[in-house]
Amino acid sequence: MTQFIDIAALDDIPRQGARVVKTMIGCIAVFRTADDQLFALEDRCPHKGGPLSEGIVHGTSVTCPLHAWVFDMNTGQAQGADEGAVHTFPVRLENGRVLLDTTRLARRSAA
Amino acid sequence: MKQKLVVIGAGMASGRMLETIFEAGGDFDVTLFNAEARGNYNRLMLSPVLSGEKTYAQIVTHDAEWYEAHGVDCRFGEAVVKIDRANRIVYSNAGGVPYDALVIATGSAPFIIPVPGKDLPGVCTYRDLEDTNAMIAASKPGARAVVIGGGLLGLEAAAGMAARGAEVVVIHLMGHLMERQLDPAAGYLLQKDLESRGIRVHCKGATKAILGEDRVEAVLLEDGTVYPADLVCMAVGIRPEVRLANDAHLEVGRGITVDDQMRTSDPAIFALGECVEHDRQLFGLVAPLYDQAKVLAATLLGQDAAFKPVQTATKLKVTGVDLFSAGDFADAPGREDIVFRDPGRGVYKRLILEGEQLIGAVMYGDTADGAWFFDLIKQGRDVTDLRDTLIFGPAFQGGAQTDPLAAVAALPPEAEICGCNGVCKGRIVTAIQGGANTLDMVRMATKASASCGTCTGLVEQVMALTLGNSFSANANPPMCKCTDHTHEDVRRLIKSMGLKSIPAVMQELGWKTVGGCASCRPALNYYLIADWPLEYTDDRQSRFVNERNHGNIQKDGTYSVVPRMWGGVTTPAELRAIADAADRYAVPMVKVTGGQRIDLLGVKKEDLPAIWSDLNAAGMVSGHAYAKGLRTVKTCVGTDFCRFGTQDSTGLGIKLEKLLWGSWTPAKVKLGVSGCPRNCAEATCKDIGVVCVDSGYEISVAGAAGMDVRETEFLCKVTTEAEVMEVIAAFTQLYRENARYLHRIYKWVAKVGLDWCRAQVEDPANRRALYDRFMLSQSVYQTDPWAELAATPADWAPVADLTLRAAE
Repeated sequence: MTQFIDIAALDDIPRQGARVVKTMIGCIAVFRTADDQLFALEDRCPHKGGPLSEGIVHGTSVTCPLHAWVFDMNTGQAQGADEGAVHTFPVRLENGRVLLDTTRLARRSAA
Repeated sequence: MKQKLVVIGAGMASGRMLETIFEAGGDFDVTLFNAEARGNYNRLMLSPVLSGEKTYAQIVTHDAEWYEAHGVDCRFGEAVVKIDRANRIVYSNAGGVPYDALVIATGSAPFIIPVPGKDLPGVCTYRDLEDTNAMIAASKPGARAVVIGGGLLGLEAAAGMAARGAEVVVIHLMGHLMERQLDPAAGYLLQKDLESRGIRVHCKGATKAILGEDRVEAVLLEDGTVYPADLVCMAVGIRPEVRLANDAHLEVGRGITVDDQMRTSDPAIFALGECVEHDRQLFGLVAPLYDQAKVLAATLLGQDAAFKPVQTATKLKVTGVDLFSAGDFADAPGREDIVFRDPGRGVYKRLILEGEQLIGAVMYGDTADGAWFFDLIKQGRDVTDLRDTLIFGPAFQGGAQTDPLAAVAALPPEAEICGCNGVCKGRIVTAIQGGANTLDMVRMATKASASCGTCTGLVEQVMALTLGNSFSANANPPMCKCTDHTHEDVRRLIKSMGLKSIPAVMQELGWKTVGGCASCRPALNYYLIADWPLEYTDDRQSRFVNERNHGNIQKDGTYSVVPRMWGGVTTPAELRAIADAADRYAVPMVKVTGGQRIDLLGVKKEDLPAIWSDLNAAGMVSGHAYAKGLRTVKTCVGTDFCRFGTQDSTGLGIKLEKLLWGSWTPAKVKLGVSGCPRNCAEATCKDIGVVCVDSGYEISVAGAAGMDVRETEFLCKVTTEAEVMEVIAAFTQLYRENARYLHRIYKWVAKVGLDWCRAQVEDPANRRALYDRFMLSQSVYQTDPWAELAATPADWAPVADLTLRAAE
């Protein structure tokens, strides 16, 4: 069962930017693209732990601010020669509100 | 006995439904109510009426004779006030009419944004003939009109009034026009087209109030902009007109809920058009409304039919604007783009593929193939085998793959390659055969591609054809994978073509990606800031994190905070404020920097606004220790205290820092001012150094003490502090205007030559002009970012905290 929780208004997140949601399993970065697509990714680069929420958003990719690893936000996979991935979380837009699926958060904290 | 059919609303959908019923020989007693005092006309054609290309008479679809011929009892100008479902009677103020079947086709009402002044005379919407006539009356040449809303309707209103001679401003809340139908690139082209017709477009503009005493006089935006207006047209959107249905307790969501047969929750009542909600979807474009009309006609005639919404395509009805969009064109997982841009002709085409299918298309400038693409979208057919040439449309399907050089090879020798300098292919070939085997040598010999640079690729192709395998193009690599242009080309083209936004650069210079990358976006943002200080607005989201958050990000995601200490001079009060801040925010490390100031390391992002406010309150501003901009001016103590000092080096350093701070540069800029040739401020390994001597000031540039270590080279010697300031500001501006992003001064000087730099700043008129341009930029950018950003602390904290919730 999915469990979507209202976390913010769409306009709280800048276009081509991100905001952070604090959770029990660490921060989640919620991104908004130039054309209002939303993505939620673990806010921790697998390379050296950089905050992806502070990266430059281009198309549906984000570049880590510490060492410029590029992630496809659709899949969480690192692009190019770098190998690694971050978890992605379902997120959706409803009536101008951003809803985040917290199923995995609950499951993890219970485990 | 004939069935009694009552229809509420004489719009396009109900008109089409009646037409279909009568054509099929349906036998009903029809009563048609309409709140507007007229019958059915083609609402879509109001735009040509507004622009003067058509008259009202030409857009009437059903005239009085038609209604009479079909025995329709017309109740025009008579609003329905109540539906009595139990007894199946519809009431207007004139009395009741019984029905066997009732069709609600009340359409939609324009959305009025709730701002002060919305009810002033002179404020209209764009929905019916009255609105159109009001706009026609107000659109006298020289009249000023403001349209709020840059969607389909708003732009048609704007173009119509502009065609009648009014001065029109369009205010649009979003970042680009028609954002629901167009992507940013096409929105940009549309804006350019409209602006070339004299329509002013203000995107990201939120209306705060409509001003005026007895009627509208102006529109005030949230950002403080005021547009004078004789007429204000609100075209921000529509919402289904559901009041009657609500009062009758029919099931209503956002619109009146209907099933596939267009039946509402009451089996005797139907609805269609813009007032309905089908499968949680609303409808605004005409094609699905006509489909609904056919389905409802069939339902009423007792035939089987079901409404299935299909994709619709959008075209803007503004004469001379060629725009088409269909399907779904948002970025999403698993979708791929094919993009075609022809900047010269203003053509942009984008196809969106998902798996093997074409699912969306956006076209601007050349929409000839729109119908073909739309057909492919609707068919959902596998386009894998067409993919290579898909974007070229139906005419090119099945053709052979083309050799990219073939087109250039086919050109005759007299074909012009470089338009700026009138250089033909033959001259370039002759120059190459005469020994010019690099692009620069061809440029020197022929001037081809030496001005605006757009033909660089063509020249290189001519070189490749002439030299064969011995030619390797472009020793200077492109800016990044998003473009084939070099940094130098992009800088030149931004200036020569007057490109003033990132979308403009990406469109006109043929960017190959949507939205660029982390490498080109900060560079473009800098180039635009440097070249258009007044016109361009800094794009925060195109900045690297340090410049976006005004602190250096550390390995653990915390930031460093460095207040400015002018010339390295501080006071006990400032030091106390810094110490207090370090205590209050539990700063893990306080360190003295190499640039004569104090670094507070390890500050959490959410604490930044508060610590900035505290430092601001003590009179300190951001030290820009994180910026591609002016960092520090290091000084020694000079004549005030030093027994060797020849001039007031500390005072001059402070003056220089106050002159230069806040300026953005291609890479960081550090200065040093030493009071005597002992050079205690180490001025001769800075980007710009001043060494004071008895007879004046020696200015030297292009030093470095980083990965490369270099001594500065002598630029010039001057005798007064005022001259020092002017030369250094002018030289900085020269660097700002010409260098490649991320090149420090020493790298740039090595490329352009110190002699050239010196010639630029030694000429008094040129130096003054450079200085003036620098000061113009400073008038915009010399502000303390901390003060501005500290005002919205909420933006710096997590947007939500789910730690407690998840623990439950």
